[in-house]
Amino acid sequence: MSDLVLRVNPILCDGHGLCAELLPERIELDEWGYPIVDAAAMPRSLEPHARRAVAACPVLALRLERR
Amino acid sequence: MSVAEKLAAPAAPRLLGGLRRDGRAVPLAAHVERYGPLPLELRAAELLDRVARSGLTGRGGAGFPTATKLESVLRRGTRPIVVANGTEGEPPSGKDKALLAYAPHLVIDGAVLAARAVNAKKVIVATTSIVHAAVARAISERPREAGIAVRTLVVPDRFVAGEETALIQFLNGGPAAPTLTPPRPYERGVGGAPTVVLNVETLAHLALIARYGATWFREAGTPDEPGSVLVTVSGAVRDPGVYEVELGSPFAQLLADAGADGQAQAYLVGGYFGTWVKATDAHGAAVSNVDLAHFGASLGARAIIVLPPDACGVVETARVARYLAEESAGQCGPCVHGLAAIADSLEQLADGLHTADTALLRRRLAQVANRGACRHPDGAVALVASALRVFSDEVDRHLRGRRCTGHGRPVLPIP
Repeated sequence: MSDLVLRVNPILCDGHGLCAELLPERIELDEWGYPIVDAAAMPRSLEPHARRAVAACPVLALRLERR
Repeated sequence: MSVAEKLAAPAAPRLLGGLRRDGRAVPLAAHVERYGPLPLELRAAELLDRVARSGLTGRGGAGFPTATKLESVLRRGTRPIVVANGTEGEPPSGKDKALLAYAPHLVIDGAVLAARAVNAKKVIVATTSIVHAAVARAISERPREAGIAVRTLVVPDRFVAGEETALIQFLNGGPAAPTLTPPRPYERGVGGAPTVVLNVETLAHLALIARYGATWFREAGTPDEPGSVLVTVSGAVRDPGVYEVELGSPFAQLLADAGADGQAQAYLVGGYFGTWVKATDAHGAAVSNVDLAHFGASLGARAIIVLPPDACGVVETARVARYLAEESAGQCGPCVHGLAAIADSLEQLADGLHTADTALLRRRLAQVANRGACRHPDGAVALVASALRVFSDEVDRHLRGRRCTGHGRPVLPIP
């Protein structure tokens, strides 16, 4: 398991939704288009995808944090 | 027990017992006559020890141990700041306003002593506009004590303005809207300094604990929840207002004191982030978090509203859900859109429309919880969820298009 977890800053997030497209294993969108992030530990194999999702956020609202 | 702890304490009620009959603030001289002078001879460690042994918890809503909160700003390398939170944005709550309007010196005493306990030199008393003049007058009556500067400031009359991080951001010149945590105020608060934010009633109790000691404080209440507490009672009662009761005292006694007629169908306990409790459940309950937990409730903001038999819990909750949606700081998508959608769903149900969909409403409640920067959406969700539970019969009546029980005047206050 990775020791990184995903966290969204809900104040910054504008619901662009790119993260859910890049990491559907961990992120789904609610009925208004805002991400619901699974904050549980994730397998290491998902880390590169998670990094891509973080980098793709236009407002830098998604972060990977150490647990 | 030290000498100062033997100082005779005035009779109960502790906080409200010395109020004047003419509704004006107790002046400094009368305040000192009743409670004795400010015990500035107490050292910081002694003060902290008394607060810790008293078991005092925050009277704002969260109920966090006050001693732990004070200790959290120590040894951080920067001199801390004390903020007395008297914003009280809860429409059904009036206890903090009452305390600041009628007994402001108790609160200022507590704030100065809290500053002594953490070696702070600055105290800010944050108030709503309506009590600001009383607080400013009380501050001007006092000499500068122990080199501690006390000032007061008006905070916008909005529901979220009293949330700790919102208050800090406002005091730092920003909008009165919550910020993402961490950092918490004890880490970085006013001007970047570690800041301890304490509810004004908490400070009033602290002022008395410093004078009369922890043992005295524990003479009221239960071992788990010591002391007395201010509760605002409103709705279907003869004498709505602020009552001081011992924690653990009978809920029924408080209602009788306020002149409830025993006809209530339910109580809203804990204010607008609170929980509906059926009248039959509340009958044998105590005014205590331990006891109210049996009904999924807690004292929360210490506001209790009595719902009469001719009101409808669904209609009443729908009005508050809309209010809470409109009081969102507007920063987080799930709060802005979620609370508005929840209010839509509940209004359709309240209006008996054929579009009403309780499955969708429940899905929305589950989606919104825990997704804001602050607890505003969570509080609103908890209130609506408890309404669906407690008023399930009423919900069914609405879904079947039957006439609802609500034909009286609105009960829950909306500003």
